[in-house]
Amino acid sequence: MIGEGPLALDPLVVGVVLAMAIVTALTKVGGFWLLSRIEVSERLEAGLSVLPGAIVIAILGPELAAGGPAEWGAAGVVLAIMWRTENILLSLCGGIGAVVAFRALL
Amino acid sequence: MTETDSSDAERGAAGERPPDAVDGSRPAAVEAESVTFDREGIRAGFLTCLPVAIGVGGYGIAFGMLARQAGLSVAEAALMSATVLAGAAQIVAVELWAEPIPVATVLLATLAINLRYSLMGAALRPWLERLSSLRSYGSLLLMADENWALTMRELKGGGGRGAFLLGTGIAIWLFWVAATIVGAAAGGVIGDPARYGLDFVLAAVFAALALELWEGRATLVPWLVALATAVVADALLSGQWYILLGGFAAAAVEVGRHDR
Repeated sequence: MIGEGPLALDPLVVGVVLAMAIVTALTKVGGFWLLSRIEVSERLEAGLSVLPGAIVIAILGPELAAGGPAEWGAAGVVLAIMWRTENILLSLCGGIGAVVAFRALL
Repeated sequence: MTETDSSDAERGAAGERPPDAVDGSRPAAVEAESVTFDREGIRAGFLTCLPVAIGVGGYGIAFGMLARQAGLSVAEAALMSATVLAGAAQIVAVELWAEPIPVATVLLATLAINLRYSLMGAALRPWLERLSSLRSYGSLLLMADENWALTMRELKGGGGRGAFLLGTGIAIWLFWVAATIVGAAAGGVIGDPARYGLDFVLAAVFAALALELWEGRATLVPWLVALATAVVADALLSGQWYILLGGFAAAAVEVGRHDR
């Protein structure tokens, strides 16, 4: 462990973070390099393009399933604010306010 | 999807499908114009991206708080934002974070979520391939969903400013790293997150992300597959495998039913 508190850098954490950075850099640069040399079918492209949303849903589903009416209502508030304003900060604050209020009420 | 269809570049949502300029064929318009790379292009990109970068900062604050809750220090969270620069993947990574760190799961999730960047980079090829390797590859490292969309719009519109991706990327990077530090520092002084509803931040962030990634009815089937797979796998398996299983099940179904 190097340092203490907020400035601490754990060698293992730094290693995992740098490995993540390398994997991400390969995806950003790799497609540019590779896809000029091979043909990507539309099928595969369609499959790849649904991955981010599907992973988000795969995380959100069980997360909300573990919650109750307060969390479900607050998630609805987040969606409503996001839909109307497209402002992430506003919808996060609204959702957190809603979950506190609903938990107190329900 | 045709080369002249510019609707892709005009939707700023994350995770949109890049136009398929992957076969190396170049639009006629690109043949005619030259692609520049200069300070003016960097500046134009930076200024165009500023309002978007402020929005990215909102996610950065949320990421910083989540990272802190997951046990990362401010320095570690900032290092991740500065070197990885991939919002969705970072938020998922700190959600997976545990003692001991599930290294393979984190890296596999990072790869799966960021695979779309390969397609997005390929879509920029007709313009970027005219720049030196250092400039094109360097710019690509700063590519995120938002500035990719802005850059596609600029280049398809015939602006020919090859430095636009770098300029927009610098704006995104600055706000993302700064916001991470703010969020992580704030997350550290808050004692019990549940008392302030902050345990709900993750679900809230993902609900907002989902809305941005929603692309209409075509998204419904893969998402239902992801949801069903994840809920069942979460009940049956230990650990975080349900996330990747849900993602890949949806992708497999999409590949299987794709016959357009």
